[in-house]
Amino acid sequence: MEEEMSFSDIYGGRLALQRRCYSPSCREFCLSCPRLSLRSLTAVTCTVWLVAYGLFALCENSMILSAAIFITLFGLLAYLHFVKIDQETLLIIDSLGIQMTSSYASGKESTTFIEMGDVKDIIINEAIYMLERGRQSDRLPHVPDRDPPGMPTRGRCSAHPGPHSVATRAHSSA
Amino acid sequence: MVLKAFFPTCCASADSGLLVGRWVPEQSSAVVLAVVHFPFIPIHVKELLAQVRQAGRVGVAVLGTWCHRQQEPEESLGHFLEGLRTIFSHKPWFQLCRERGSNLWSCKATRWQKPASASAPSEDQVMLIFYDQRKVLLSQLHPPAALPDCQAGGATASTRGLAAIFDTVARSEALFRSDRFNEGLVQLSHWQSEGVEASILVELAKWASGPVCLLLASLLSLISAASSCRVFKLWPLPFIWSKLSTWEQLTHRLEQLTFIFSTQKAENPSQLMRKANTLVSVLLDVTLGLALLSWLHRKDCIGQLADTLVPVADQVAEELQHLLQWLMGAPAGLKMNRALDQVLGRFFLYHIHLWISYIHLMSPFVERILWHVGLSACLGLTVALSILSDIIALLTFHIYCFYVYGARLYCLKICGLSSLWRLFRGKKWNVLRQRVDSCSYDLDQLFIGTLLFTILVFLLPTTALYYLVFTLLRLLVVTVQGVIHLLMDLINSLPLYALGLRLCRPYRLAAGAKFRILEHKAGEPLRLLMQINPLPYNRVVHTYRLPSCGCHPKHSWGSLCRKLFFGELIYPWRQRGDKQD
Repeated sequence: MEEEMSFSDIYGGRLALQRRCYSPSCREFCLSCPRLSLRSLTAVTCTVWLVAYGLFALCENSMILSAAIFITLFGLLAYLHFVKIDQETLLIIDSLGIQMTSSYASGKESTTFIEMGDVKDIIINEAIYMLERGRQSDRLPHVPDRDPPGMPTRGRCSAHPGPHSVATRAHSSA
Repeated sequence: MVLKAFFPTCCASADSGLLVGRWVPEQSSAVVLAVVHFPFIPIHVKELLAQVRQAGRVGVAVLGTWCHRQQEPEESLGHFLEGLRTIFSHKPWFQLCRERGSNLWSCKATRWQKPASASAPSEDQVMLIFYDQRKVLLSQLHPPAALPDCQAGGATASTRGLAAIFDTVARSEALFRSDRFNEGLVQLSHWQSEGVEASILVELAKWASGPVCLLLASLLSLISAASSCRVFKLWPLPFIWSKLSTWEQLTHRLEQLTFIFSTQKAENPSQLMRKANTLVSVLLDVTLGLALLSWLHRKDCIGQLADTLVPVADQVAEELQHLLQWLMGAPAGLKMNRALDQVLGRFFLYHIHLWISYIHLMSPFVERILWHVGLSACLGLTVALSILSDIIALLTFHIYCFYVYGARLYCLKICGLSSLWRLFRGKKWNVLRQRVDSCSYDLDQLFIGTLLFTILVFLLPTTALYYLVFTLLRLLVVTVQGVIHLLMDLINSLPLYALGLRLCRPYRLAAGAKFRILEHKAGEPLRLLMQINPLPYNRVVHTYRLPSCGCHPKHSWGSLCRKLFFGELIYPWRQRGDKQD
C-alpha cells in the first residue's frame, strides 16, 4: 500500500513524501528532496571562474585558471558526495528496529540502524523554529523531553529541509 | 513480538530437510544455521547437535522443517514432515517452504497450546530475514562491548539484539567443519558445504610462524637484556637517553616488535588486530626507511649534506651575530639601557663565538657521522626522522641556551617587580597562607624597595626585548621539531591493517546491520535481506589507533601564553616518563 504526498520547502523546492506499508509489522517513509538545480550550479561555477579570471588578469599566471578548474571539479564532487542528500528513508520493522538511510546525490548511502531494544521512546516534533542561517534546518531544536536528565540520546533523524516536514526523534537508552 | 527467522542465503537452494539452529526466546528469533538432508538417523543428528552445543556453548537444536518442492506438494512428504515434529519437539516449530524454480516462499510457526485445552495449535506469521552466513561468521561487531560473553569465551552466547545473531553464527563453527565430500553420518547444507575454505599460504604461514616467532623473540629478549644492563644506568647516560627522541623511538619499536613476535597466541580479536596493525606499521616504516636510504645513496645526498652543513651552521651563527648587533644598537627605534644592553650582547656574542669554534672542530667528522646516521634509516623512517629531530636540537643548542638565559633573567625580573610592586602598595605575599596580606614597612625598607623597583622598571624593556627575540627563535625551532614529531606519530599510530581491511573486506569490521526489503506480494511472508553495515573510516582509526610515543603537547594555549608572559621555561614536547613541573 503506497501513498505519496507533496510539500514544498522554504526555498520553493518540491518535497515528496512516500509512505509504504509492506505488512502490519513493517512500514517505510521516504522523503525525496529537490535535486541540484542547474541554475545554482551555473551561478557558482561562473562566480568561481570570474574570480579566477580576475586574479589571472592581475597576476598573469595561468596556474590560477587550472586551480580554479580543479577547485570547481573537486568542490562539486565533494558537495555531491558529502552534502547533497537526495532522499531520506525511514524503515520501521516491528520488534527488530528502526533504520534510517540517507542517499546522497553521488549514490552514496549512509545507513543507521537502531535496535528496538535501544529505543526508549519516540517523540514527534512538529514545530521547527527556523533561524537565519540555512543549515539550522538540518538540526532539531532543543525540545524539552520526557526523559530524565542525564539520559544520553542517540539516533535522531529529521527529514531534511523545510519546516513543513515532520521530524521524528528517537531517544535511546544505550 | 513478531516471530523472525534468520535464514542463510546459501541454504535457499538446498534440498528439503530439517532446519538446525538456535532459538532466542528474548528476541522471538530463530537463527537457522544449517539444513540436515534426508536420509538421516535422528540419534546421529541429536549427537551432532550435542557436540556443537558443547564446543560452542550455544544452544543449537532442530527448529523445524525446510521444504524445497515442486508445484504440487506430495501428500506423503507432508505427513512425514509432520511426523518429524514428534521426534524433534521444539516450541515453536517452523515450517519453511519454497517452490522450486520460483520465488514463492511460505513460512509459518506453530506453537502448541497446553494439552488440557481443546483448541487447535496457534500459527503465527513469520518474518524471513536472509543473511550471508560467511560474512556474518567472519565479521566482528563493534563496539566489542556488545559481545562481552564471547570475549570471555567461557560464558553462554549473548541474547541481546543483533549481537545474538552474530554470536550464534560465530560460536557454531563446529557445525560448519564438515562438507559434502566428508563421509559423515549426517549430511548438512551450510556455507562451507561445497568445500571447506582454506588457503595454502595461510596454512604455511601458520606453520612457519611458530619457529620464526621463537627465534625472533629470543633475539629481541637478548637485545632488551643488553639495553637494560647496568652500564647504561650510570649517570649521566639515563639523562641523555631521556632527552633524545631517537632513544624513545627505538625503545618504542623494540616494545612493538616484542609484542608482535611473542610466542603467546592472541587472546581476543582486538589483540589480534593490534598485532596485525603493529606489524604492518613496522613493515611500512622499514620500507619507507629503505626507500629513503636508497635515495640518499643514489644521489650522494650525504656528501652534499655534509658539505652544506658547516656553511649553514656558520650562516646561522652569523645571522645571530647580526641580530645581536642590532639589539645592541637601537632596535626598531627603541632606546635601550646602554650598559645592560652591552653586557647581555657581549655575553651572547661570546657564546656564539664558542659555538662556531665547536662546529669547526667537528667539521672533518661530519660526513662520516652523517653516513652512519643515514644507515640507521634501514631501521625505519621514524628512526631517521627522530635522528633528524635530535640533530636539529643539537645544532640549535645555542639558541636553546640563549632562550634559557633570557627566560631566567626575565623571570627573575618579573618576580622582583611583582614583589616590589606589592611593597610599593604596602602589601606582602604571605607564604604560609598563600595570599597577599597587608604589611607595614619601615621607612628605609620602603625607600630601598622603591629605588629597586624603579631600577627594575627601567631595565625591563631591555630584558624583555632580549627575552622576546630568543623566545621567538626557540619557538621556531620547537615548531620544526614538532612537525617532525607529528609525522613520526602519524606513522607510529595509524592502524594501516584495519584501514586496509575496511577498504578491501568491509564486512569484517561491522558497525551493525542494515536491512533491505525484498520484493513483497500480498499474502506472502515479509522477506528482508540483512547486510553488514561497515564501520566508518573515522571510527576504524579511533578504535584501532596504536599507542604512540607519547610526545604530545601537554599545555593548552592559555597556560602556554601564561608561562611565556611570566618567563617560565616551556618544554612543549614532554617525553614519556618525564616528571611534570
